[in-house]
Amino acid sequence: MDWTRIRADFPILDQQVQGGPLVYFDNAASSQKPRQVIAALVRYYQQDNANVHRGLHDLSMRATDAFEAGRAKAARFIGAAREEEIIFTRGTTEGINLVAQVWAAQFLKAEDVILLTGMEHHSNLVPWQLAARRCGAVLKHVPVLDDGTLDLAAFDVLLTTQVKVFACVHISNSLGTINPVKELCAKARAVGAMTLVDGAQAAGHVPVDVRDIGCDFYAFSGHKMCAPTGIGVLYGRHGLLETMDPWHGGGEMINSVTLEASTFKPPPARFEAGTPDIAGVIGLAAAIDYLEAIGIAAIQAHGLELTNYAIQRLGEVPGTRILGPQGARASLVAFTLACAHPHDLVEFANSHGLALRGGHHCTQPLMKRFKVPGTSRASFYFYNTQAEVDRMLDILRQAVTFFS
Amino acid sequence: MPISDDLRDLYQQVILDHSKSPRNHGELGSDSLHVHGDNPTCGDEIDVWVQFGLDGAVQDIKFTGQGCAISQASTSMMTVKVKGAARAKVEALLKDFRTVVTGEGTVQDEYALGELVLLEGVQKFPQRVKCAMLGWCALEQALEQAAPSSNA
Repeated sequence: MDWTRIRADFPILDQQVQGGPLVYFDNAASSQKPRQVIAALVRYYQQDNANVHRGLHDLSMRATDAFEAGRAKAARFIGAAREEEIIFTRGTTEGINLVAQVWAAQFLKAEDVILLTGMEHHSNLVPWQLAARRCGAVLKHVPVLDDGTLDLAAFDVLLTTQVKVFACVHISNSLGTINPVKELCAKARAVGAMTLVDGAQAAGHVPVDVRDIGCDFYAFSGHKMCAPTGIGVLYGRHGLLETMDPWHGGGEMINSVTLEASTFKPPPARFEAGTPDIAGVIGLAAAIDYLEAIGIAAIQAHGLELTNYAIQRLGEVPGTRILGPQGARASLVAFTLACAHPHDLVEFANSHGLALRGGHHCTQPLMKRFKVPGTSRASFYFYNTQAEVDRMLDILRQAVTFFS
Repeated sequence: MPISDDLRDLYQQVILDHSKSPRNHGELGSDSLHVHGDNPTCGDEIDVWVQFGLDGAVQDIKFTGQGCAISQASTSMMTVKVKGAARAKVEALLKDFRTVVTGEGTVQDEYALGELVLLEGVQKFPQRVKCAMLGWCALEQALEQAAPSSNA
């Protein structure tokens, strides 16, 4: 694989920040966009821009075709059985909120158990807290072991017939843990629980097949996989989506409207009120094309190689503690340095053009679990290089000298 | 890789020293006023205990907390400066210190600020103003709770 040529597709990476070459290691927060995706947006706005689904003129038909082709592409990308299972959202957070509001309002009742894990991003925790508060359901959490993996023995104990929802992160944004979601969902389904997987860190980074995983819902964001911000996907099993009430009311989601009442379209339109993020979908489709041309397996392998190299090199820095599992993990490494708080370290790194993330990474309970105020995180994508990891290590060594 | 002047200004030796060896670290008894301050976006936390005299002066002050070097050092330096100070002086310091870290307004009494002016490096890092002000905002709350009717 010619990673150098691929890197050249990302114009943003070729710049100086604070007098040093930009090293962008904040990919778990948001990835960069290749010129192919940017070009798709420009082409759409320069040639095809119009509203979708309702126009009988050429531009609207072109926009609609491109928009619905994006849906089909997203369906194939994650192995959905049919394109009607793809609901476009603003991102992972909105997808989870849709389920935690609509599904929960219909099917959850007092004393039901919502089973989550101790490593959920706030976006797969807070929506369920709100749902529990509304209906009187009870939240439980699968504990996280010291090595950053889930306590599977505890999971088996917690998984009673009271559990009506099991929602779990596919890849932890704070630890890099890849959870065995197929096995977890199979067990959860066996007790009759609805299953949702938060795929924010997984889609575009590891192969995702929702039918193989066997989940009812799978949510992910475009912007972490080379697509624009503001577009995401909620996959929902069709049989389940059909039983669900609408979420937002408005145009596009209705069949007929009188002053008194309305009837609603089948999924996915039922859940897509208003003008959607058409350009976002077109950008997402271009991103999927781009990633698939490289190959998700190659992307995953490159990320793992960089991560293992970074972990090995970080071990050379005195006072470093690395969080997360040994061996199989996603392409990120979170660590603490004894001599510097994450914010100070990230500030120092930024002054050399190195973009890291420091803080609680929207996983405050997990930080408490590991008794750290926060961590510094380097997260990689396929355009990052080993030379950049080396530069990070040079900067970290200098930080140790500076803060000690 | 040279270290930028801005960064050196932000993390001066005195500041790093206070962050590593905070002064007046600990808690005061239940007859003191306790205020908790936090910065939810970054998770920094400060607990400040203030013992006010009958005249409103800060007789004693202690703090605990966790967070970045700037938040911990700024609070440590604050306790050194306000311990034993009259209320009016503490209020004046608060106002001047806010000016130092934001760069907005004019410092009234630079001499009174002393070492605290070293934190003016924060001006170049607007996202760190909250860190520098964390302990001070807690103290401001304590002043308010001690004498809410004060017009000073």
